[in-house]
Amino acid sequence: MSLRRRVFFTVLLFGLMAVAACVFAPMVGSAPISLRRVFDRSVPFADNADAQIFFISRLPRTLAAALVGAALAASGVVFQALLRNPLATPFTLGVSAGAALGAMLAITFPISLAFAGVSTVPIASFAGALGAVGVVYALSTVRRHGLSTNVLLLAGITLNAFFSSLILFIQYLADFSQTMRTVRWLMGDLDVGSYAPILAALPFTLLAFAVFAWLPRSLNLLTLGADAASARGVDVLRTQRLAFFSASLATGAAVSLGGPVGFIGIIVPHLVRLLVGADHRVVLPASTLFGAAFLVVCDVAARTLIAPMVLPVGILTAMIGGPFFLWLLIRRG
Amino acid sequence: MLQAADVSFVYGPGQAGLHGVSVDVPGGGLVGILGPNGSGKTTLLRVLGGMLPAASGRVTIDGRDLWRISRRDLARQIAVVPQETRLSFEYSVLEVVLMGRYPHLGAFELESQDDVAIAREALAATGTLALEHRLFPTLSGGEKQRVVIASALAQSAGLMLLDEPTAALDPGYQVEIASLLRRLNAERGVTMAIATHDLNLAAGLCRQLVLLREGRVIASGPTDQVLTRESVRALYDVEADVHYHEAAGHLTVVPLRRIRARD
Repeated sequence: MSLRRRVFFTVLLFGLMAVAACVFAPMVGSAPISLRRVFDRSVPFADNADAQIFFISRLPRTLAAALVGAALAASGVVFQALLRNPLATPFTLGVSAGAALGAMLAITFPISLAFAGVSTVPIASFAGALGAVGVVYALSTVRRHGLSTNVLLLAGITLNAFFSSLILFIQYLADFSQTMRTVRWLMGDLDVGSYAPILAALPFTLLAFAVFAWLPRSLNLLTLGADAASARGVDVLRTQRLAFFSASLATGAAVSLGGPVGFIGIIVPHLVRLLVGADHRVVLPASTLFGAAFLVVCDVAARTLIAPMVLPVGILTAMIGGPFFLWLLIRRG
Repeated sequence: MLQAADVSFVYGPGQAGLHGVSVDVPGGGLVGILGPNGSGKTTLLRVLGGMLPAASGRVTIDGRDLWRISRRDLARQIAVVPQETRLSFEYSVLEVVLMGRYPHLGAFELESQDDVAIAREALAATGTLALEHRLFPTLSGGEKQRVVIASALAQSAGLMLLDEPTAALDPGYQVEIASLLRRLNAERGVTMAIATHDLNLAAGLCRQLVLLREGRVIASGPTDQVLTRESVRALYDVEADVHYHEAAGHLTVVPLRRIRARD
């Protein structure tokens, strides 16, 4: 099958999967609703309980799951290619630790950054993510001209540990209810409450996706190593910069929306590679769509497994992801 | 074709760079760059390939300065084969070879049937067509190196730079790669510059040699004239027997003993 058809059929298949998940997810919950009544135009919205449950209570959560899942899966693919390491995740370079630090500060100290219907915590966590990205990038370029992926990796890991210590320090200062809130935030939850935070995260995510569209062919070549890619005509430094900043932006937006939902960025790309091969022109769009579907379904499971309690989805993905990660390690031998 | 004139490059204190190196790789030529570990062979190759900008001096291809040529245009003229290629993902052999078509395609352009035909032809030329659907990481060292050479061939560049192409291979594969390179040079007119510390590979393969020590050229010229007992001693500090080997059909070098310890 030609590449054009492979891309087309993969996108079609995974796209249908994502759409199906997004339609199915809001139907599931403690109160049964019917799609026909949801879209029944003859009943005014104020009197239509099914439509209210669908659009106000469940759809924002579903869309948040789709956006976060798509962004984390896609940036997982990009980070793995950039670092030439299949075990890299969107959180490897410290983006999520920076976001967590920002969120912790916002929860613990009385600061208000609320803006355009978005509350303080997501904005602070997004700022924290951008701060971490800046620090890691500066560290990776300080020693020589160009971008060293080894330094990038080490700087990211170190920053993760350093930010974790700051987070513990802030938690030590916090009172009990603040600590509860920070712990809940760290679990990763998609209870966004309204469309406003989704709409706020959307432009950043779409900007990142626009850059992703330009990357796949160059990411394939980066797999060979910087010199070999360069010798085949890739502008390596530009590709690395674009990949780093776009994937960090998508990760930062996703984490500020849903918290650090773990393992999506590694489970999804690996499952997709098993199905469609290694070519990033297929893997990247497929992972984006499959990531959306995967997190939407995980969230449905999180809402229903121990109903009426609603589990934070991050707990569920981590419980699936941990063993999956180990399986990957063993399989790679 | 490719010329470096008085090229210098400095990494930092204590590290050997390049000091006033001049190299001429004539069109259709097969040039060996010899030298001990750390003599600057790889650095020279990276400067020749335009991957590392020279601090001073000029590198030109067909008279044009390398730094004036875009990465993409340069990749259509110069292909590079590294010592060893490790892939972090499981691409098929055909996909790896098609990566050589990168400089010929636009940003969103997919490989055409022509590109696939060129890739298959490169696989056939390196005797790896049967492997096209295998996953690259599952190949043996010799198979990998032949596939990487096919990928460089698919670039349709007239010049190929090879960095220790046989260093990671056993003698069987070494002989095989050497004869492949000789054939590509003779039958397709691919110009080659090969960095190696394998004296016998260079003696059998290269028509010209450049001897590099501590970033300086200590001798260069036709292989028969340059490869002598004296030059081997000057290059490696070893006493060696250099003689014409009837069966091999070229000069061979047998190192006998170290003259003095290197400081």
